[in-house]
Amino acid sequence: MKRQIMFIHWRVVAAVAIACAGMVQSAKADVADAIATIQAIGPRGEGQQAAVTAAEELQAADASALVEILNALNSANPLAANWLRVSFESIADRTVKSGAEFPQQDVLGFFANHDNDPTARRLAYEWAITVEPALEEQIVPEVLNDPSSDMRRDAVTRLLEQASDLRAEERPFEAVLIYKKALTGATDDDQVRAIVGPLEELGHPVDVCHHFGFLTEWTLVGPFDNTDMGGFDVAYGPETSFDLTATYEGQLGPVTWETFKTEDSYGVLDIAALTEPHKGAITYAYTEFDSAVEQPVQFRLASWNAWKLWVNGELLFAREEYHRGMYFDQYIVEGALQPGVNQILLKVCQNEQTEEWAQSWQFQFRVCEQSGRAIYPMDAAVSAN
Amino acid sequence: MRRLIAILTACLLCTPSVVDADWLAFRGTDSTAVADAAGPTSLSATSIEWTAELGGRGLSSPIVVVDRVIVTADTGFREDQLHIHCFDANTGERLWERECRATGRTSCNTKSCVAAPSPCSDGQRIFAFYSSNDIVCLDLDGNIVWYRGLTHDYPNASNSLGMASSLVVVDGTLVAMVECDAESLTIGLDAATGETRWKLDRPRMANWTSPIVMSVEEGDDLVLVQSGQGVLAIHPMTGETVWNFGGGASTVESSVVSDGIVYVPSNGITALKPDVEAEGGVASLWTEGALAPGTASPIVHQGKLYILNGAGVLVCADVETGERQWQLRVGGPFSSSPIAAGDCLYVVNEEGVLSVVDVSGEEGEIISTYSLEETVLCTPAIVEGAIYVRSDNHLWKIANP
Repeated sequence: MKRQIMFIHWRVVAAVAIACAGMVQSAKADVADAIATIQAIGPRGEGQQAAVTAAEELQAADASALVEILNALNSANPLAANWLRVSFESIADRTVKSGAEFPQQDVLGFFANHDNDPTARRLAYEWAITVEPALEEQIVPEVLNDPSSDMRRDAVTRLLEQASDLRAEERPFEAVLIYKKALTGATDDDQVRAIVGPLEELGHPVDVCHHFGFLTEWTLVGPFDNTDMGGFDVAYGPETSFDLTATYEGQLGPVTWETFKTEDSYGVLDIAALTEPHKGAITYAYTEFDSAVEQPVQFRLASWNAWKLWVNGELLFAREEYHRGMYFDQYIVEGALQPGVNQILLKVCQNEQTEEWAQSWQFQFRVCEQSGRAIYPMDAAVSAN
Repeated sequence: MRRLIAILTACLLCTPSVVDADWLAFRGTDSTAVADAAGPTSLSATSIEWTAELGGRGLSSPIVVVDRVIVTADTGFREDQLHIHCFDANTGERLWERECRATGRTSCNTKSCVAAPSPCSDGQRIFAFYSSNDIVCLDLDGNIVWYRGLTHDYPNASNSLGMASSLVVVDGTLVAMVECDAESLTIGLDAATGETRWKLDRPRMANWTSPIVMSVEEGDDLVLVQSGQGVLAIHPMTGETVWNFGGGASTVESSVVSDGIVYVPSNGITALKPDVEAEGGVASLWTEGALAPGTASPIVHQGKLYILNGAGVLVCADVETGERQWQLRVGGPFSSSPIAAGDCLYVVNEEGVLSVVDVSGEEGEIISTYSLEETVLCTPAIVEGAIYVRSDNHLWKIANP
């Protein structure tokens, strides 16, 4: 009798275990399906309705889904990434508040892998320190050269505090060393300025232009007609038959290419000052970028003026807006460099506004990694080394 | 049957709904900026019921949904980290916080910021909007319902000075104005799914005004969309034009509706009344050039029209004629718009000085002021006698002690 009870008991346990395993498998499949549906989100609401259902299912999952979501962020488009990251936060928040087990080691493991998406790693870090605040003290000093600009920013902030304290203690030599160390990780302009100012005061000027990788030498041709802003969509000679030795018919007569180099510390090339402050006019600016390898890059530029950008003959972006401000890294254009010489052509359009604040005709341009670190052309990289 | 009744009762009890004790959008649920219950009349340190810490930047208005105060903010050097904070309206306790990453451009003039547009709610969902033209929809517990990135969808839809137009949700359609010099549009999204119901190509002209609700007698609400060209009344479900005022309008301060009349910042203030016989389907009742709002939107309260001009002067006018009745220097500059409750208007200037103006008499009178000692650019919310106002760093609940 006792054996029979034990046998029944074993069978019940096995049945429950199988059922539980099945439920776990099913739950995992549900999570995977929900993530796949969200990852299929496209522009202009494509896949939106299915994603609404999937997000509801995903957020009902327990903490075991968290690392799957982090992994999914590695291949998510920017739209899907926001669905996934808020889903992660909902589950993580519920888990932490309920006292349920948070998969801290797995989340930290995801953070530690630099091959993972930088923004997803930052998300993992933020929740890891929510669970274990003391980790911040351990991690931040180690991330000065992290692929994530958010992580680097924290490390630079800490070094700036240290350097400031050292200056206050009248230990300038040590402060200089810390500021210089901080500069190696700094890509945000506010932090760079907070480093460069004190270093200059301490007798260690910094080449900011080189630090950010602004392209300073450009060959210009113009002016071409932009009366009534009508030239933006007119394909003038530099667009239709690019030739640095050509003479084109311009707005005021024949025009040829001429090379200029800006000495501005932030690499601003002032067309109006270097040429003439024409109004209702267009200048084309050309430069070359010698890349050692084929690589995805970001072209980061700023301008008060309307512009179009071509790289190796391909139109990457066009922006028709005038005098609404010019900001550091105002526009980020995704693109790629080929090995060898890459041709960069920028069309910069000035309108005819007469207000004092609408006279600027200038731009700033650099090539970056996703993280905002400068990518240098081969000759500049050699000279920097 | 009894079980069915019990289930239905439970559902009703559990389902949040729009109640008077909410303030669901910029300038309130009905875009009038007028609250039902009277607000505080004597301000002092003891009026601060609670203060909550915020981080980063933000000049969007708080909204109040089912005892939750929702505030948006942004952080990061590029202001690309988009936050939604939820606080318990009674205690100030932070209930949850969520973060998205901007998919659109985040450049702004230094005074404004990416968290400039105000969120809104339909009582069940929260819709947060940013200058980057990202829209995130959450439920009241902070779960994502849907998300759209409108600059991701329309890559030239942005303004380098920053966008500030707030959202409005009407009859199940969320309306977002993304009007700028380049790819200018206004879009109606299904509030439940975020799918596009309609999209209007709009004048290529930078525009910071917000859409507002116009309730009409048949209960068929309209959305008013204002631009430099004028005001368009559209059907929220279809985006179809119902009437069109083409007389030009401000691109900064928004219109207000009271008793079926639209008061538009146009050549001063122009009062409009829908009229199928009139040109464009709307008739102009009067225009008063002396009523020139600064940044603040006009307000109508207890039968009077009020504007705050660029010199920090509150002007009271007759709603029937636009004739000025009195004016009162309240000390600007103002980025926020006035709100009203009981016999008072509440105005908060950029220096964070909150003033209570009694407008029940022949002349307006400042009856109390209190300095929050921080820059305040947002329009406050007012619910059940309590004012909610935010700076970059703090959210305050202010009420009679």
